[in-house]
Amino acid sequence: MTLALAVAALTAVGIWLVLRGGAVRLIVGFVLLGHAANLMLIAAGGTDRREAALTGQVEPALAADPLPQAFVLTAIVITFGLTVYLLWLAPRAEEAAGPGDWPPEGSP
Amino acid sequence: MTSGAWLPLLFAVPILAAAVSVLDRSGRLGRVLAVAVPAGLALAGGALVWATRDGQVVVAQVAGWPGGVAIPFVADLFAALLLTLIGLLVVASMVFAVASGVAADPLVAPMVLVLTAGVAGAFLTADLFNLFVMIEVALLPSYVLMARTGGRRAARATRLYLTVNLTASTLLLAGLAAVYGTAGTLNLAALAGRGGEPVVATAVGVVLVALAVKAAVVPVHTWLPATYPHASPAVTALFSGLLTKVGVYALIRVVTLVYEPGPTLTAVVVAVAAVSMVVGVLGALGEPTMRGVLAFHMVSQTGYVLVGLGLAGAVGLAAAVFYLVQYATVKAALFLAVGAVEVRRRTGVIKELGGVAAEHRWTTVTFLLGALSLTGLPPFSGFWAKLGILGAAVEAGSAVAFTTALVVSLGTMLSMLKLGTGVFWGTRPAPAPDAAAEPAPVGAATAGAAADLPGRIAAADPDHDRRPDWDARPTLLRAARERGWPAGLVAPGLVLALLSLVVGLYPEPLLGLAQTAGQVLSDPTTYVRGVLGG
Repeated sequence: MTLALAVAALTAVGIWLVLRGGAVRLIVGFVLLGHAANLMLIAAGGTDRREAALTGQVEPALAADPLPQAFVLTAIVITFGLTVYLLWLAPRAEEAAGPGDWPPEGSP
Repeated sequence: MTSGAWLPLLFAVPILAAAVSVLDRSGRLGRVLAVAVPAGLALAGGALVWATRDGQVVVAQVAGWPGGVAIPFVADLFAALLLTLIGLLVVASMVFAVASGVAADPLVAPMVLVLTAGVAGAFLTADLFNLFVMIEVALLPSYVLMARTGGRRAARATRLYLTVNLTASTLLLAGLAAVYGTAGTLNLAALAGRGGEPVVATAVGVVLVALAVKAAVVPVHTWLPATYPHASPAVTALFSGLLTKVGVYALIRVVTLVYEPGPTLTAVVVAVAAVSMVVGVLGALGEPTMRGVLAFHMVSQTGYVLVGLGLAGAVGLAAAVFYLVQYATVKAALFLAVGAVEVRRRTGVIKELGGVAAEHRWTTVTFLLGALSLTGLPPFSGFWAKLGILGAAVEAGSAVAFTTALVVSLGTMLSMLKLGTGVFWGTRPAPAPDAAAEPAPVGAATAGAAADLPGRIAAADPDHDRRPDWDARPTLLRAARERGWPAGLVAPGLVLALLSLVVGLYPEPLLGLAQTAGQVLSDPTTYVRGVLGG
């Protein structure tokens, strides 16, 4: 339930930020949306089993599902790379787009 | 099933080549590799077509783990055909990029190589999560290519392109979470036939919506015509041949594997496809620029491919495969033909063009071959493609698909006529003064005039916002001024257009291959057994 609420909150705030316009809001919005998707992936593996997934040391029924964790790791790396690229692009796009093309920070 | 432990190389070699090519600051090594490696990919694709021509699949279980546990790379005939195709298209676009001066930027070649790797990987993977990763690998360089090879206005187009694609990717990731949560696996072969369970069907539906955005299917198509024309012509040709095709490929792969064919599936897919065909062709008629027309047209052509998917069965899928392969070739040829005109004339706005036929014969021939093929006239490959779709519609008894496909062909002809009469025939209009560069009258040079600049530009040039301005970059300007019609601008498109003519005159081999590919797609048993083993 906590996870579901967290996903809902992250998605809501993320979408709101993306739709607000402005480069930094867009970037933060996508970071939040990415986290929402990552939490969904974690939830997909089941959150009731949390022991380390090591064969021979842990009861298989208690071991966490390692696959979603691997998915999330990959997704985090991709989101991180994209965020860096967006941060590189944002000032250039703002400069190139000229007046009126990209609403400046703080504009409604 | 054949073992093909070398399959991951088709992904790894272009990535490594990209890494090596950034070492050479001058970019020369990169330009060589970005032609040589995709050419090798085309050859490897040809070898895979040969290996899978009788309906077999070539499988690589990475690191030799058993099927179902390993990361699977699979090539069936459909994937092999597309690999060969994208190899050719990348070579053609890269040659054009070098000739048009875009590739003078040393980052272009490595980015093209990474893009190639991502697309090849997406065609080969049999795992939904890896499909997501491959799509991201292909998209990241595409953001860079669009931002760096376009002009000032391309920055805004890049922002739109990025926003749409990031949203779709996030949705794809969320969809994957839903699929894993409901089905317990993301292996495509293990998901085969699971569409009968309502929860799994819904979860996969989320994935399909995300893929539909990437494929630019109506109603999630609007980003494509707004962004593609703002990149440089070589990059638009590359994107049209590679990126949306990944979306279409993934839609076909997932739908055929996961869902059982039935009247509901046919109704939904055919409805979406028919709307795409109509909206795409009407939108293309209203575009003011050459590449705008062609880009909007892609939406319509994607619709044709999806009709084949919707009609299901081996016949419909064979028609879809044939259509996809020939149309990607023809579309790239058209993009390269109008791209050559754009490089020479330094404008893509149709009403500022005209009389190209009198100036350069071979570009006109390329356009003519491509336009006739896209319209679906014999003896071009487009004729057999449309015949296949119509035949599949008759066999499935779908009046909607049949009528739409016929009527939309007429619209295709109209938009090709618009390009033909506006750009290639007629006379060249007197060069219009460049509204944006025109100095303001001395009397009007008040403090307020600068603030009103966008307004004045808009009044002087209603197409201002939609006019691609990629050639504002100095290197491109130099390349465009120095040479006449260099072979590198003309030959790539001409070769692709002639390929379409050859396929139209001798359609048997490709029709046969498409038929086999359609059978393999419609009956996933071979694919599933290949991936899961046993």
